[in-house]
Amino acid sequence: MFEAIAFYLFAFLTITMFYITVTTSQALHALTALAAGMIFISAFFFILGADFLGAVQIVVYSGAVMALYAFGMMFFDTTRELKEKQGNKYIIFGLSVLAAVLVVLIFAAPMVSDNITALYPMTEGVGNTQEVGMVLFTKYLVPFEVAAIMLLVAMISGIVLASKQMDVSQTLSKDEPIQESKKGVTS
Amino acid sequence: MEIGLNHYLVLSTILFAIGLIGVLKRKNLLLLFFATEILLNSVNVAFAAISHYHGDLTGQMFAFFVIAIAASEVAVGLGLLIVWHKRHSNIDLDQMSSMKG
Repeated sequence: MFEAIAFYLFAFLTITMFYITVTTSQALHALTALAAGMIFISAFFFILGADFLGAVQIVVYSGAVMALYAFGMMFFDTTRELKEKQGNKYIIFGLSVLAAVLVVLIFAAPMVSDNITALYPMTEGVGNTQEVGMVLFTKYLVPFEVAAIMLLVAMISGIVLASKQMDVSQTLSKDEPIQESKKGVTS
Repeated sequence: MEIGLNHYLVLSTILFAIGLIGVLKRKNLLLLFFATEILLNSVNVAFAAISHYHGDLTGQMFAFFVIAIAASEVAVGLGLLIVWHKRHSNIDLDQMSSMKG
């Protein structure tokens, strides 16, 4: 009963927040509504018993990703009113509904057709975080390391793209204030 | 009033449709990134629900990898947007129709 109430409450809140994100003309409203939607999404993970996933969702999305987007908003000066794309609304609506139905079919087809057995079943009497750790560091160790390398590549590419004058070394340049102060001390 | 797997799949589909409408509708690239985040989150909800109702942890593992991909996508995408904004001083999608740089 409480699960049903929580599900419908958070479903309503999440859909409302994401609808505001998609339809508003103010970038700040979109950002705050997206952050609230991410928090409400993590509530579903807690309802479903995936505690660690919910915590990761809060930390990563409303911590890191939202901070990056806030930085982007300040950088790009999106405080003015946004112009929308003037397309045919029926085409957009039809394509969206078609793609959503396709997603449902993708998810539902193997469930209806076949009896799925658990590949890595949940062990009894162990918390969710321990279960995740046991499966992640035994069966999914190689994808975990590949994801770590991918995050490293993303970090380096972000630094290289956002910084300027990467070809000039800042530490080896002649007119550096540290060397001048060192000269002043020795002389 | 029992909440089953289909409830979560329907919710995930609704969120995916909202994100897809956003991707098709937005012209500002920053808000288009917001819509892609909505798409990734809706898939995460479906993964967690399937993982719970089948007693299998594979869905949660895939949700973790989806979150990692989303984080790196934001980093690289914002870096590219900064480079574009330095050259053209706007981030409208219509200005990017030519790839001459």
